[in-house]
Amino acid sequence: MRKLVDLPAGAVQAPVAPVLGNDRRHDSAHKHVAGSALYIDDIPETAGMLHVACGKSTQAHAHILSMDLDAVRAHPGVVDIICATDVPGQLDIGPVFPGDPMLANGVVEFVGQPIFAVAATSLRAAREAVRLARIDYEPLPAVLDIEAAMAADSFVRPLHRQVRGDVAAALAEAPHRLSGEQRVGGQEHFYLEGQACIATPSEDGGVFVRTSSQHPTEVQKLVAEVLGVPITEVQVEVRRMGGAFGGKETQAAPLACIAAVLARRTGKSVKYRMPRADDMVMTGKRHDFHNRYEVGFDDDGRLWGADIELCGRCGYSPDLSDAVVDRAMFHADNAYFLDQARVVGHRCKTHTVSNTAFRGFGGPQGMMIIEQAMDDIARYLGKDPLDVRKGNLYRPGQDVTHYGQKIEQHVLPALIDQLEVSADYRQRRESVRAFNAANPILKKGLSLTPVKFGISYTVKHLNQAGALVHIYTDGSIHLNHGGTEMGQGLFVKVSQVVADVFQIDPRWIRVSATRTDKVPNTSPTAASAGSDLNGMAAFNACMTLRQRLVDFACETYGLEPSQVVFSKGRVLLGEREVDWAELIQEAYRGRVSLSATGHYATPRIHYDRTTGTGHPFFYFAHGAACSEVLVDTLTGEYRVLRVDILHDVGRSLNPAIDIGQIEGGFIQGMGWLTTEELVWDADGRLLSNSPANYKIPSVGDTPPDFRVALLAEHPNHETTIYRSKAVGEPPFMLAISVWSALRDAVASLTGYRYCPPLDTPATPERVLWAVEAAQQSQKEAIDADLPVV
Amino acid sequence: MLEFYLNGTPIRMDDVEPDLTVLELLRERQHLCGTKEGCASGDCGACTVVVGEVDGGSLKYRAINSCIAFAGSLQGRHLVTVEGLADGETLHPVQQALVDGHGSQCGFCTQGIVMSLFCWQLNGTDRLSAQEALAGNLCRCTGYRPILDAATMLARQAPALPAWSGSPDMMACLAAMPNDVIPAETSGYRRPEDLTSLRAAMKDWPDAHVVAGATDLGLERTQALKRLPKLIDLSRVAELAAIEEGDGYLEVGAAVVYSRLQPYLKTHFPVFAALLSRLGSEQIRQRGTLGGNLGTASPIGDTLPVLLALDAQLCLLGPDAERGMPVSDFFLGYRKTALQAGEIVARIRLPFLAPQRVCKVYKVSKRWEDDISAVLGAFSFSFEAGCFRDVRLAFGGMAATPVLAPAVAAELEGRSQDAIDWSRVEASLAASFQPMSDVRASAGYRLKVAANLLRRAVVETVQPDTATRIFDHA
Repeated sequence: MRKLVDLPAGAVQAPVAPVLGNDRRHDSAHKHVAGSALYIDDIPETAGMLHVACGKSTQAHAHILSMDLDAVRAHPGVVDIICATDVPGQLDIGPVFPGDPMLANGVVEFVGQPIFAVAATSLRAAREAVRLARIDYEPLPAVLDIEAAMAADSFVRPLHRQVRGDVAAALAEAPHRLSGEQRVGGQEHFYLEGQACIATPSEDGGVFVRTSSQHPTEVQKLVAEVLGVPITEVQVEVRRMGGAFGGKETQAAPLACIAAVLARRTGKSVKYRMPRADDMVMTGKRHDFHNRYEVGFDDDGRLWGADIELCGRCGYSPDLSDAVVDRAMFHADNAYFLDQARVVGHRCKTHTVSNTAFRGFGGPQGMMIIEQAMDDIARYLGKDPLDVRKGNLYRPGQDVTHYGQKIEQHVLPALIDQLEVSADYRQRRESVRAFNAANPILKKGLSLTPVKFGISYTVKHLNQAGALVHIYTDGSIHLNHGGTEMGQGLFVKVSQVVADVFQIDPRWIRVSATRTDKVPNTSPTAASAGSDLNGMAAFNACMTLRQRLVDFACETYGLEPSQVVFSKGRVLLGEREVDWAELIQEAYRGRVSLSATGHYATPRIHYDRTTGTGHPFFYFAHGAACSEVLVDTLTGEYRVLRVDILHDVGRSLNPAIDIGQIEGGFIQGMGWLTTEELVWDADGRLLSNSPANYKIPSVGDTPPDFRVALLAEHPNHETTIYRSKAVGEPPFMLAISVWSALRDAVASLTGYRYCPPLDTPATPERVLWAVEAAQQSQKEAIDADLPVV
Repeated sequence: MLEFYLNGTPIRMDDVEPDLTVLELLRERQHLCGTKEGCASGDCGACTVVVGEVDGGSLKYRAINSCIAFAGSLQGRHLVTVEGLADGETLHPVQQALVDGHGSQCGFCTQGIVMSLFCWQLNGTDRLSAQEALAGNLCRCTGYRPILDAATMLARQAPALPAWSGSPDMMACLAAMPNDVIPAETSGYRRPEDLTSLRAAMKDWPDAHVVAGATDLGLERTQALKRLPKLIDLSRVAELAAIEEGDGYLEVGAAVVYSRLQPYLKTHFPVFAALLSRLGSEQIRQRGTLGGNLGTASPIGDTLPVLLALDAQLCLLGPDAERGMPVSDFFLGYRKTALQAGEIVARIRLPFLAPQRVCKVYKVSKRWEDDISAVLGAFSFSFEAGCFRDVRLAFGGMAATPVLAPAVAAELEGRSQDAIDWSRVEASLAASFQPMSDVRASAGYRLKVAANLLRRAVVETVQPDTATRIFDHA
């Protein structure tokens, strides 16, 4: 460049307030409300673009005997059809372990599995065409649920055990012993934007893929494998997703692979957008679990030992299920010291869609069993469940988990005490009892439950990130990092980090779409780790640039490093003060490189699967919620009346964004445990296949009294960015308080001495059956003249 | 030729297939992609747009689901989308309130929420609550709290009108646009204005689909991928759009949309009005009709048990004549009705309840808002001298059709609360019904809840001080 831009006089690019810890708006908020934010399907279509639909299996498990696709091919608008044998490179696109063919190859293993793909001139033509296929199957025995899988020893991966001490002896010696089981339902992600991508052929035999994916690098790698080209021939861009929640961590890749193969064959840009009806049937969901516990405890309800078995339904292939069931195991203690413990996790193979990542990644399913045990112990001993929970919390001296990680920051005892007071738990407990005594039909329930959630990928090598920062000669900054934006506010948080390093207004920073040709070899944006990893990587890139600027200034102006101070959009150079952009122009003229990469690798973490011990988590995020519900004992219908949440985000990078994650995560968790019911028929067909029969929370489900606060003055004890903590997943599990409160309302029918199991989702139907069981148990107790409280 | 206004600008389009949806028209023909497809079934609200119609000398606006509305329904109307609100870079106050309140995360549902709130504010926020206005807009990210806060703020402001609202010619031009759209021999979209032209259209096109709000037929197109080459739109037939408060009855034209019916129900049948607030969403209630609910004849149509309990009378319109029929004779089997070929429901007459009559309507579903009933109970009876008399019980979700349960009613007839033998009531329900176990509920739950809804009705009648409702309404 010959001439630099003229800088307006006094162009101070100063932040109006401290940029870190500020309620800065989502960087796309204006575009969201104006309708100008582009999602994949909004990108203007190029001439000749083709659209994809897949022919799907109607069988849960079968050999494909023959396929007659003549009518498909003849349908107006159809341009190309591919089957498994048309894949030029590798057919298997399993993200971790093999087992996921891009298109079924001779055998189908779930209803909805893609068998062939059609490219047509319109989506309507493609969808109409695939219905014309005639496929003959030879049905094979299908394993459709966890019980059947356990009975048949049908697993996608071997089981894993975490054992400490002698649990059998502890259970035998404990003064009291209880056991129980639960079925925890799965969950459809129901991101509002369905899966979508566009693959455009490149001139060198590869493709450029624009996708709605949490993991562009994996899309890149898998597309390269199915095309049989080097990874560098495939580049992937993700600007934003219309929600993801884990559902676009691995599930976006098959669409991109199919679209890429069709794009190479036809030479056209190919869009594959799944209509909701396909998305709900063809893509993986949260794992449902069948859990069992046996606990030994003393008169105070303190655990002496816990024997826990977790069985997760993985579906037909491994996908991420090994790590999902591992995380369930890592969270089977939730916040409690189990003492002697055995936790076993089974990875059940069924002929249903392959379950996948979903906010919490098995953690919620693992926590559910110990929270059920806490309530059951309280009923058995006639204690308030909160007292049992508090008595079992990790604390100094009882601070090593069943997998050997020492808890180093004890946040929960104080956090729960604070919430107990601010939510007025004890007084409301009395009010609830009084209400229940006075009301024969409606019953209230109250519960306060904690969350302790481990932060880091349990697959060690994923705990790294990269960033790329360019400073241009007007002082504006282009920021790119490996993280993807799915609504969680990652981009604004990382731009705040960058703005803070240079002390300039974040408006001067543009976070660009995530691209594999800018930052390579990235990890998925998942495990709540987006800001931790990418914030740190961007910070490191900025510190490199900052150091170059300081070195330049010291050399040019004869200063000591301490005399170069970045402040409020300006830079102090000893006695002199210049605008940020002036320094940048001088540095450019001084031939300083104004572009840098940054990398970050999370320290300290390790886990040994052979011993089931280690330090898999860099740190833990915490929170607690107190929920009050009102239950109709005639129908099982209920309403959440009030929720108080206190949550630990360390030092918040952006409190407004963090509160948004907490509220949204809580409501999503509440949906998982209450109204969101996945139902399959006896042939393995998903019946809950549309929003008409799968009910995520709507506006009226938000508690009328909803009080959310961030725990103050508890910076992360580990050196995370700004001492903040991850926030994406942990609040999801705060919703366990709603389920526990429903059980509390049911337990009121037995004088709080017994609560029947309440599997989830706790639909009105399941609540009514629990009510009936409680009434029956109370009746039997009276008939038997047992003491009734 | 389709003629309408889009964000204040006149639009003329050729080559519009009759079954093109408004959403497809926007995204694929007009290349306006602010409006999103979330489900293409009218369940999520991401596609919400606002449609203005000349009515009584002014433009009346309503929020609808564009994904299941047919493009032909736009003829002579003003379509407002999210692109039509901001003035350049200056956001509309509804948009700004959401930005200021951190009301968007992923942003995909956001423009639908913008349009619902815009219409809600435009029509006066006292007409319905923010919650009712937003119940058809799913958001998976925020948990809704910031959106409700933005609504609370907007309720305190006068609605701001976008730039197009001042266009003087628009209303006159809209009113002058012809009603019959896309007329053709083999395919087309017709919108007759009176019974005579409706009958003529139906005679011309005996194989056409007759459609009111398209809240059901739209899904045939988007989900079942049916082609619907001939559509006759009832929404402007004057005789079908009338509401008459007669001597002892309310008579409702079959094409009256629920939201227009609602104030009349509030006056005459408050429990029916309360149910209506849980039928679909605001977007659905702005399009759906009693006639459509009857014509679809789903066993889980929300209004149908109420019509049975109220002993509604139907007027059916044939090619040449009308005939009357009690609604209890209308349902013949699963989605089968007494309608003959070329016949439609014209009017529904609801007799007012006698002073001593009590009517109870209960809907049970997994989710409180915008869900389909597992069981719906609609009961009417007299309560005199402590006894239940002239008991009329209707249920949805219990059989292949919405149905009366005279045998169960007999177990309550003439009895006091203490004299009701609940084991006999339950046995009678079990003998009367073999409900399905399906995605919404098990057969056992349906039977149990049907009995318990009767228990609730009895308790509410005899012991009105006993709390029985988890929500204050419906």
